[in-house]
This record gives sequence, structure tokens and C-alpha cells, in this order.
Amino acid sequence: MIDALLQGLLLGGYYAMLAAGLSLMFGVLRIINLAHGDLAILGAFLVLALTAAGLPWWAAALLSLPAMAMVGALLQRWVLARTLQSGPLLPLLVTIGLGALLQNLLYGVFGSEARSLADALGPLSWASWTLPGGIVVGQLPVYTLVLAVVVLATLQQVLRRTRLGRAIRAAASDPEAAALNGVDAARVHRAAAGIATALAALAGTLLALRATVEPYAGPMLLIFAFEAVVIGGIGSLWGTLWGGVLLGLAQSLGALVSPAGFQLAGHLLFLVILGVRLWCQHRAAHGRPAWPWPAGLVHLSRLTRGTREAAR
Amino acid sequence: MNRSLSYLTPRTVTAAALLAVGLLILLPLVVGPNVVDKLTGLFILMLLAAMWGLMAGQAGLVSVGQQAWFGLGGYLALRLVDSGMAPYPALLVGAVGAAAVAWALSPYLLRLKGGEFAIATWVVAEVIRILVMLDPLVQGETGTSMLALNAVDPTLRRYLAYALSLGSLVVMLLVVWWLMRSPVGTASRALGDDDEAAASLGVRVMPTRRAVFVLAALGCALAGVAWLAAAITFLPRTNFGVQWSVLMLFMVLVGGLRSLWGPLAGALVLFAMQESLGDHGAWYLAGVGALSAAFALFLPQGLAGAWQQRRQRLGASASTAPSTPPSTPTSDHATAVAAGAAPLPTTPRSTSP
Repeated sequence: MIDALLQGLLLGGYYAMLAAGLSLMFGVLRIINLAHGDLAILGAFLVLALTAAGLPWWAAALLSLPAMAMVGALLQRWVLARTLQSGPLLPLLVTIGLGALLQNLLYGVFGSEARSLADALGPLSWASWTLPGGIVVGQLPVYTLVLAVVVLATLQQVLRRTRLGRAIRAAASDPEAAALNGVDAARVHRAAAGIATALAALAGTLLALRATVEPYAGPMLLIFAFEAVVIGGIGSLWGTLWGGVLLGLAQSLGALVSPAGFQLAGHLLFLVILGVRLWCQHRAAHGRPAWPWPAGLVHLSRLTRGTREAAR
Repeated sequence: MNRSLSYLTPRTVTAAALLAVGLLILLPLVVGPNVVDKLTGLFILMLLAAMWGLMAGQAGLVSVGQQAWFGLGGYLALRLVDSGMAPYPALLVGAVGAAAVAWALSPYLLRLKGGEFAIATWVVAEVIRILVMLDPLVQGETGTSMLALNAVDPTLRRYLAYALSLGSLVVMLLVVWWLMRSPVGTASRALGDDDEAAASLGVRVMPTRRAVFVLAALGCALAGVAWLAAAITFLPRTNFGVQWSVLMLFMVLVGGLRSLWGPLAGALVLFAMQESLGDHGAWYLAGVGALSAAFALFLPQGLAGAWQQRRQRLGASASTAPSTPPSTPTSDHATAVAAGAAPLPTTPRSTSP
């Protein structure tokens, strides 16, 4: 039980990484990039290819980040920017098509074989610590969680303190006012898409380090990322971390019940949270408090208020 | 929706449809079994495309989870046969059962918007797949077969699968066509354009959306049971595969969102691609993905919309009158609805989203 909780917590770091890019993209561009998971897999395959070409894995991973950021920026410039003005449907349609393209291109080039970076990683891939009580914790998942926290904190600071970050936040919260103040929206969008894609690639690489990746894994990653975003509350980076951790906990507790419970529990938690949010919105629209009982569960409404504002 | 289609009165459509259906029913008597199988597949694709087009084009709902109903219809039919029902009635009841599940889930799903709706439908499809795979009857990944169908004479079985797909297609198309001409159709198009505006003008948003959603689920479930009747095997990963939604999206984007026959044209394109390029496997599917994205970007109204625009341009240049300015779709339909106008608006729809 404690083992499962710990594994779930560590899994959460990886999900937070996966979800951060999706959340950023939604926050700034107002589109849900349905090819997000496939971009993560593309990043992982890029690292795999570079490693196969003789680079050490960490150099390949570092090199892949700017490359994938460029892919994201170009994607924004040539494809997604064209869809922004035409309502919410078009970006969904285009990114589903893009996802199918990426999956099948990767399959065409690399075949269906599941690949992993574990061999390139060496001893770290199986190294572990034994905690008091006999609980074994893999070192890699711990480093993943630490990396996720560091990356999210850095991103938070970039958004808060740098010029680019301020421009991104301005464009996200009020595009027109930002434009009036000289923020170049197109540039900001490209930067956000680049960062988001690099984050996706980093998450894909982490997946390849701890397990295997295969060309058709993208859609499942997208689902997990979106679930983490929704569970944690859209539009907040730390919310993404909480969402990732809650998703990881649900999955590893579900896996205790049955093998199918791993995915099922995550899906159900997502659907329930979405339902609770709808319920609160519904109550708020009728001017009633989110919860019929005043005390105790009131904090739930406070939890969802942030997402309601972000969604607006 | 289109002036050029105004000769499509109920009577002529019914007559033409009856004639075509009559010919198609007799077709298996003259063509070989291979052709019958191919046509069954084509009808299934057409039905799926029409249903996805109904949701996306008419109500603005982009679902990535229509495979839920496709697979669930087949699974429920298997369950019914296992409990002693005759196979063909079970297939029909299974499809209706899947639509009932869609009806039960619709109040929840339909309150979600845009991307949330897209992914939530997908997650629901995944949940249904996982639950179905827990049933020992399905044997997890292995899947199962509707063995009762093996008892039917192969020629008759092939014909019945053909008839089931053709019949489902015709019935669903007639229902959709009738729906689009009814006040519900006008209302749902208003929703597709702008649901808040529609609601403020008194369109009952939720019942309309619900009708469209459940109807589309029924159509996809019928396609699923027709597929099961032809293939006999039920593989959860295939029958509940997200590739069905990708194919539906492709057909509708290529054919055109805003008309009844656009998705059917898209199904023909996909069928032709499958027949000619399907051997290339992943590369062919990559092409499907790339073409979907390209159509969404450069020709979002699809082939049907492009054809319609071309006709309008020709019509406009033939008469000296200025061409109809691209109307704002929302006001068009919303006012039509507000005025209680049941028939289709006579102004050509602006097809650019």
C-alpha cells in the first residue's frame, strides 16, 4: 500500500512533465494540441536515434530539446497559427490529423518495435534505494520527480520574471491589451509552442529512460497529460504537478486491485473531477454555493474556482 | 443549405432513394462475393462518415470517441447471443443498447466544450473498452467470435451483412435528412454556429444536442454491428480502436462538413484510397493523417463546400446581380430559428468556419 502510494507519487512527476506543455499551450494559444503525445514520442525517438548514432544519452537528450523547440515553433508558425482565427473546431481537427501523421511516419521509419534508452543509461536504470521498512525505490523515478519540480519551478520563474514570460502571460490573459502594449502575439505564440513541444519531448525522453516507447503510444500519453491537466486545474503550473501526482496515485492504487485498474482508476478520477467542475459551474450559474452543505467540503468550491476563471 | 439542391423535395428524394436501394438490394445477385464484401465495407464507412458529419457539421461537436458505440453495439450483441438470443435480432438490439448508453451519458458529456468534449468522449470510449475487456466472454486482448453466425450459410450470411449495412445506411441517412429539414435541424445548425446566441434566442440547446448525439451513437453502433456481422470476430482493440474516429474525421474533412452528401463523398475517397494504397500500411495511414490536416487547413469546407462555392461563383458571374455577400452564419440561422422558420434558410450558407 505504502509502496503503491510512493510509486504513484513518483509517477506523478513524469505526468506533470507530460502535462506542463499541454497546459502551457492551452493557456497561451487556447488550443488543445491533440498531437501533444505524438510530439513526446517524436522527441523520444529523436533521442533514440541520436543515441544510436553514438552520442551519450544525456547529450542526445540535451540536443533534442532545442531541436524539438524548433519543431514546435515551426509547427505553430506554419500550421497552428493558420487555425487560430477560425474557431475552436479547426485546431482540434488539424492536430488529430497531425497526430495520425506522426504516429504512422514513426511506424514507417522505425517499425513497431518498442524501444528503450535503458541500455544506454546503464546502471542508473535499475539502481534503487531501500527505505526503512523494506520499500525499494528506483533512483530514476526519484530523479524524474526532482527534475519535474525543478523544470516547473524554472518555468514559473521564467513566466514571472523574464520579458518573454511577461509577454506570454499578457498574451494569455488579454491578447488585445497585450497587442496594444506592443506584445508581438505571433512571436509569443511561437515561443510558447516551442517551450511546450520541448517539454513534451523531455517527457517522452523520460518515458524512454524508465520504460519503452513505440510509435503508437502517443494517444495514450495525450490522454494521461490531459487528465493530469484537468485534475490539477487548467492554467496553473503547480496545479499540473498536483494533477500529475493525483493521477499517478489513482493509477498505482487502481493497479493494486487489478491490472486493468491502472488505467481505469485514472480515467474515472478524471471523469469525476470533470463532473464535479461541471456541477460547481452549474450551481454557480444559478447563484448557489457549489456545495449544498456549508461546512466541511467548501474547500472543493475554492479548488475549482481557479479552474473556472482559467477556463473563462 | 444550397439553392442548387432545391429540387431535392421529399418526394424526389424518396423516389430516387427507393430506386437506388431497390437496385442495390438486388446487386448481390449479379456481382461476385468479393464485390459484396467491399460494398459492405463501403456502406459502413459511409454510415460512420455521415454520423460524424452530423455531429461536427450540425452541432459543432468534435468527438474522438465514436468508437465507443461502434464497439459497444457489437459487444452487447455478443452478450445477447451468449444468453440465447438469435444472432441477427441480437445485432439490432445491441446497437439500440449502445445508443441507450449514449443517451444516459449524454447529459454529462454534452455539457463539456470543445477539446474537453473531444477528450472526454475518448476517455469514455477507453473506459468502456477496459470494462468490456474485463468480461470473461471477450477474453481480454484475445477477443472472441460470434460463433452463432458460423451456423448460417456463408452466402446468406454475406448477403445479410450487406443488407444490414445498406439498410442501416439508408435508414440513418433518411432520419438525418429529415432531421436537418425539421426545426431540430435548424436549431442544431444554430448551435453549431454559436450556441450562446442560439440559446439567447430560445433554442433549446440541450435537447437538440442530445438528439444529434444519440442519433450519431445509434448510427455508429449500427455500423459496428454490421462490421461484426461481416467479420464475425470481435477484437476489443480493433472494434474500440481510436482509428475509427480518425477515419471518420478524414472522411468528413475531405468530403465537407456542412452537407449531407459531403461525408459520403469523403467515404468514397477513403474507400478508393484504401483499395489502391491500403497495401502500404503505415505510409498510407500517414497519408490519411496528412490529408486530414491539409484539408482542415486549406479547404475546411471540403470537396462538397468547394463544389458549392464554385457553383455559386458561376451562378453569380452568370447573372449581373452582385454575388450574395458571405453572410454571418449565426445571425442567419438564429433569426431563422427565432422566427420559428422550420424549412432550410434559402440564403447560401457561408461555409468557411
